[in-house]
Amino acid sequence: MKRLLDSVARCRWALPALVAAGFAYALACEYFPILNDYSEVVLVTVGINIILCASLNLVNGYMGEFSVGHAGFMALGAYASAIMTTKWLPASFFELPLGVLFGGGVAALVGFPLALLSFKTRGDYLAIITLAFLMIVKSAIENISYVGGPRGMTPPVLTTLPWTFFWVVVTLWVIRNLVYSKFGRAITAIREDEIAANAMGVRVREAKILAFVTSSFFGGVAGALYAQVNFFIDPKSFDIVKSTEILVMVYLGGIASLGGSIIGAVIFTVLLQVLQPLGTWRMVILPLILVLLMLFRPRGIMGMRELPWFLPARELFKRPKP
Amino acid sequence: MIFYLAQQTINALQLGSIYALIALGYSMVYGVLVMINFAHGDLFMLGAFACLLLAVLLPVHLPFVVILLLVMVVIGLLGALIERIAYRPLRDAPRVSAIITALGCGLVIENTTLSLSPYPQFLPTLFASKTLSYAGLTVTTLQILIIGVALGLMVGLDLLIRKTGFGMAMRAISFDARTVPLMGIPVNRMISLTFFVGAGLGGAAGMLYGLAYPQISATMGVLIGWKAFIAAVIGGIGSIRGAVLGGFILGGVEVMAVAYLPSTYRDLISYSLLLAILVFKPYGLLGQPPNQKV
Amino acid sequence: MSAILEIHHLTKRFGGLCAISNCDVKVEAGHTHGIIGPNGAGKTTLFNLITGIYKPTEGDIQFRGESISGFRPGRIALKGVGRTFQNIRLLKSQTVLENVRIAFDSQLHYSPLEAMLRLSRFGRDEKNSVAACLELLEPFGLADLAHDLAGDLPYGSQRKLEIARALALKPDILLLDEPAAGMNTGETADLTEFLRWVRDHFQLTLVLIEHHMHLVMNLCDRITVLDFGQTIAEGTPEEVRANPRVIEAYLGGAEDE
Repeated sequence: MKRLLDSVARCRWALPALVAAGFAYALACEYFPILNDYSEVVLVTVGINIILCASLNLVNGYMGEFSVGHAGFMALGAYASAIMTTKWLPASFFELPLGVLFGGGVAALVGFPLALLSFKTRGDYLAIITLAFLMIVKSAIENISYVGGPRGMTPPVLTTLPWTFFWVVVTLWVIRNLVYSKFGRAITAIREDEIAANAMGVRVREAKILAFVTSSFFGGVAGALYAQVNFFIDPKSFDIVKSTEILVMVYLGGIASLGGSIIGAVIFTVLLQVLQPLGTWRMVILPLILVLLMLFRPRGIMGMRELPWFLPARELFKRPKP
Repeated sequence: MIFYLAQQTINALQLGSIYALIALGYSMVYGVLVMINFAHGDLFMLGAFACLLLAVLLPVHLPFVVILLLVMVVIGLLGALIERIAYRPLRDAPRVSAIITALGCGLVIENTTLSLSPYPQFLPTLFASKTLSYAGLTVTTLQILIIGVALGLMVGLDLLIRKTGFGMAMRAISFDARTVPLMGIPVNRMISLTFFVGAGLGGAAGMLYGLAYPQISATMGVLIGWKAFIAAVIGGIGSIRGAVLGGFILGGVEVMAVAYLPSTYRDLISYSLLLAILVFKPYGLLGQPPNQKV
Repeated sequence: MSAILEIHHLTKRFGGLCAISNCDVKVEAGHTHGIIGPNGAGKTTLFNLITGIYKPTEGDIQFRGESISGFRPGRIALKGVGRTFQNIRLLKSQTVLENVRIAFDSQLHYSPLEAMLRLSRFGRDEKNSVAACLELLEPFGLADLAHDLAGDLPYGSQRKLEIARALALKPDILLLDEPAAGMNTGETADLTEFLRWVRDHFQLTLVLIEHHMHLVMNLCDRITVLDFGQTIAEGTPEEVRANPRVIEAYLGGAEDE
């Protein structure tokens, strides 16, 4: 059995095959009534949450910071995309991808100054700065009447399962490629020991900028997809509660792990749906599970370990981390 | 014009002293454990609800002071209990796990309360408030009480820290947690006491807040708790004086922003100002950068 | 031979405490230069100043004729100053190979876009990096342990790994902070030979902080002695050994360990 699992793990074709199959399934759902609307929305939500998790994991997991402002990037992406699709662009096939790219771009632009702030501040103090940033974004949106202020906006419903799947794959692929490159090594070095990293000639400032900008870009992408599936967004949807949800998913699934991001997002979203009959008690049970998990597995389910399919081929014979 | 400013100053003092009490809880815990107790805001919220329960559900009409003390003790015990079951086992785990656990505990408290009380509640008047006028200024005795109680508690804490053995132990642990047990100080007990006092202050703040702004909801811990946390960091987290300073600064900024600008700009102004302070003084106004031996 | 590292009138104050006071050091290229002195003399502080972790309060540090005072540590490292730390600062959760590769990364030049899209320059650079780093680990006897976690290595190997990692930067000068700490006589003798080999093979200038006098006296061409943040002697091992101020600072002469 172990040998079977081992050979599955080492099969370099498994992941591309899964991606192709998944994409085919998503397309099929789009043109044939395979899934009902509710299930489709749940799947889309899972996809959006995977993107949120993986992007936050880059800064919180791989780089070891504690950003609580991710919902802010989501908000920027959502509103930027909503402006594009409601006010600027005519309906077309390209409306959604352009909206998503614009959303990601705006979020990335704002992530850049945050990266600069991280040069001098670390740890808990940087956490506060990200919190202040989140509050500022939410509050700024509330004051801009062009986007409806506190009353919100109703962007057209454009997000489909195939598009969501596409963006999930892009997000995971890009982040995975970054992590297993010199930039990922730099980011990990910063997490472990920033002083040693500097002494080793690591370009710390570049790495921090790259991490924050990439993380915020995909946070914006997720926000854009969210805006176009929900047909209603308002500033309240992107407050500290949302940020906390994303944090819960990341630490549940496991820090510094893309497989963990997937697991965290899936478990959280699915559990939230399955436990619907319990109403607000859901958010008592889920955090309780998280607290119990922290007591036994402080780094999350897949903390600092990775699905073999994500690893570059040459890394497969590494010893497993404790 | 001057009267308006003076009026708002009183409001600012009221709000600021409540923020300061909450911020103290954060700073005390951070000082001894270098940990952000994200459940603290929800303990603040429970303070208000505890006051509600005591005032409404008990057949006996208790005086104000008794309710205050009861609320402080109950919430204090709850805080110490959370430390015992959720944080202590994670002392040696990566710091982030403890923070996430705190977040989780906070969510559990918040959502349990939300499930039991989905709609905001109203605190009954516990204190017959009279309005005083002097030279064009109106102050209610309630405001004076709130500010007075808050300041009294802060002074009490200051005395506790500077004049008692517990206070000395707390400061010693903040300074160097590893050698303190070697001196025969029961560190765990001291930490529990720290949580007890910090949570007690937070609970008191909840009750005072409920008296000042009688509508309380289960989600107020999140909004106000996080704000008070920012206040604690502005002042320099870990610093008791810093927490008080930060609390009053935040209270002042919020009240003045609403007083002189359209109210929707309140949060925007407050947080931008706070962010600006942090950019120039990243460790807070009275905080110290952590010392690293290279 | 020209001076590769020159320190002029260096002073560093931390608030009221003067850790380094008017210190002058001159290190010739290709030499092995020792920095000795009692505990608390300011030796590690001197290293931290040279490598940019602290900024000098007064004075100047010149590396290869260029002033590097006040530069950021990363920039100084990339100019060719390698160092090891007194308390080993390896990335314990990463493997031996990864630790070295991170230092070697400064010589890879692909852009983030090339990494994200896995373009050909990425593949080539990564392959070269792995090969070069494994080759570097060979003489340290660590190539077979390439995929073990750095934190799992025995102490002596960890010290060697730190040196290998510093060498991956292709430095011109290597600052070693107590490389023989915790070693017995036999291990120290091995280390002496090994450092001699490293210096010759990689054509480096070595600057050593050490307390093991055998190592210092046998290996170093020149020695600077610090006490209370000031230079109290500088010269060849024989000169320093005989210097009465040095003997006084050490209370009775060089210790045999």
